Amino acid sequence: MKIHEYQANELLKRYGVPIPGGTTIGDLAQAEAAIEQVASELDTEQFVIKAQVHTGGRGKGGGVKFSPNRASALENIRNILGMVLVTHQTGAEGKLVKKVMITPALDIKQEFYAAITLDRATGMDVFMVSSEGGVEIEEIAKTSPEKIVKQAIVPGFGLRPFQARRLVAALGLEGQAAKQAPGIFQKLYQLYRELDCSIVEINPLVLTGQGDLVALDAKINFDDNALYLHPDVAEMRDLDEEDPAEVEAGKYNLNYIKLDGTVGCMVNGAGLAMSTMDIIKQVGGSPANFLDVGGGANVETVKNGFRIILADENVKAVLINIFGGIVRCDRIANGIIEAVKELDLKVPVVVRLEGTNAGVAKDLLANSGVSIISADSFEDAANKVVKAAKTRLNYGDFSG
Amino acid sequence: MQGITGSEGSFHAAQCLEYGGNIVGGVTPGKGGQSALEGAVPVFNSCAEARAETGANVSLIFVPPPFAADAIMEAAAAGIELVVCITEGIPIAQMVEVKAFVERTGSRFIGPNCPGILTPDEAKVGIMPGFIAKKGSVGVISKSGTLTYEAMHQLCAEGLGQSTCIGIGGDPIIGTTMKELLEMFEADPETEAIVLIGEIGGSMEIEAVQYAKDNMSKPVVGFIAGQTAPPGRRMGHAGAIVSGADESAAAKKKLMAECGIAVVESPADIGRTVKSILGGEAL
Repeated sequence: MKIHEYQANELLKRYGVPIPGGTTIGDLAQAEAAIEQVASELDTEQFVIKAQVHTGGRGKGGGVKFSPNRASALENIRNILGMVLVTHQTGAEGKLVKKVMITPALDIKQEFYAAITLDRATGMDVFMVSSEGGVEIEEIAKTSPEKIVKQAIVPGFGLRPFQARRLVAALGLEGQAAKQAPGIFQKLYQLYRELDCSIVEINPLVLTGQGDLVALDAKINFDDNALYLHPDVAEMRDLDEEDPAEVEAGKYNLNYIKLDGTVGCMVNGAGLAMSTMDIIKQVGGSPANFLDVGGGANVETVKNGFRIILADENVKAVLINIFGGIVRCDRIANGIIEAVKELDLKVPVVVRLEGTNAGVAKDLLANSGVSIISADSFEDAANKVVKAAKTRLNYGDFSG
Repeated sequence: MQGITGSEGSFHAAQCLEYGGNIVGGVTPGKGGQSALEGAVPVFNSCAEARAETGANVSLIFVPPPFAADAIMEAAAAGIELVVCITEGIPIAQMVEVKAFVERTGSRFIGPNCPGILTPDEAKVGIMPGFIAKKGSVGVISKSGTLTYEAMHQLCAEGLGQSTCIGIGGDPIIGTTMKELLEMFEADPETEAIVLIGEIGGSMEIEAVQYAKDNMSKPVVGFIAGQTAPPGRRMGHAGAIVSGADESAAAKKKLMAECGIAVVESPADIGRTVKSILGGEAL
């Protein structure tokens, strides 16, 4: 799960990591009061206005603006609040900015990078720092990988003080900042671990002209499996930032991801679902979605799956690919028949059922009277559904 | 069997028993002294107790996510040789600690979030449907459940049976890696060829095929699911997410081919590819 920058700042503050401070508003009417509040509380007349949307590249897209005075801050809030922000991560449709953060502009002397995530290869968390802050870490990794210093964290032991000092030394910090930094890094790891984060990324971590370290921009994501342990974090979820169809699917415990093709897919199991998308592409089609209906597929999940797939107007045909292990195919077949009848489907549906009671299931589909194209194998199913999506042929064309 | 008194646990315990497994006991804290599977299996309060009383050497875990990490560590601490965890949705930070803990014991751990292990006509420790398997000489290693079944089905359709099928799970942290299982299959006299089914995300496939290149005499057939998956999106499995260039399906397949592994392009060709490699010698 992702959260906004201003929410990440609340968490950093809770853990004692220095942040620039500021306030966040969603209504233009509050702008002047917010500017006044930041000016007086943080003793500044220069501001940065930042769009609060779940995407990287906000600055380049015009969602982050330096404002040398109050009038400029107000103008920038007016421009950013309600804009559709387009970045390299949002796609052409962009994202509507519903909130902006007003922060004091800092006197920045140097920018660093700091992040914590899981290193799957070693099974340990890794704390990474770089003296090259403010740019994307992928860029640093490509151009100067030697400037990224990593510290593995032994499970259960946290970031030890000597390890934190090693990271600080790698950044070349001196004086007051060098004294502050190990504690800040330890607090960051504590936050990451205690809140079950999947990533904590501070970019940039800045050294101010006053010699202080400040986490200027934070990205914090969470392990979905662990949200039940952190109800306060779970409440930070902003459904407006997510695809409505994916949110809807989540309500039914379906795992759905929208893609831009024309062949809707309904599959049990994530690996088989990915493979189904792959084979559709290989035989010349394009998948409209990833949809894993899970191990306990039944009449209701099949119906809900159809609803979600068909809400996508690009879908020209649907492929159902179920390998019944514990799940019985005859039950799935009944679910498909019921759903097709009830939902009055307008697009061709290709069904491939394999595994437990597959034979019975095929007979059920054949004798149901509903327009379903039956497939004999994985390959056959892919060919039939891609053909159907491309030509919108009559069902009769597939008989025999 | 840990979690034998739950609905999932008791259902699958019965299935394993039916397949020929020797289930000697169940563990549910607080329910020691009761019995499960209509009186056929005694229930103990702890793994240590179950181990002492029955000599159990394998534990299959069906405990809900909030308690699963503890259950895995309990089994390993009790000296159970093989621990298989089916549970999906265990917090990743807990699995980091579980992995470190289990490594300090002598236990072999498979999973979590996996379908388990099946050796046709002998035993199953997990949830794989037994009827789709046939005894033979192809080993199957996979991150995915139903895609494993698909591969087994295709092998059977080509007249090729399996020596052992193992679902290792699709989470970012898992107990036993593909490389470790390749080593075991290489040493297994009943296995002649191995099907390796990976997916996007992580670097486990890379480690495995680099090992295979230098150390394996038996042919390996590889497939990677997710070539159409967009980067940065989690595709069902917690671990199936491309977060670096070398974690994509294309990169993994390229490396597989370079390491001498027969790469299957279409997921419908897994069985046929193994058949073509083994020729008429199988079975």
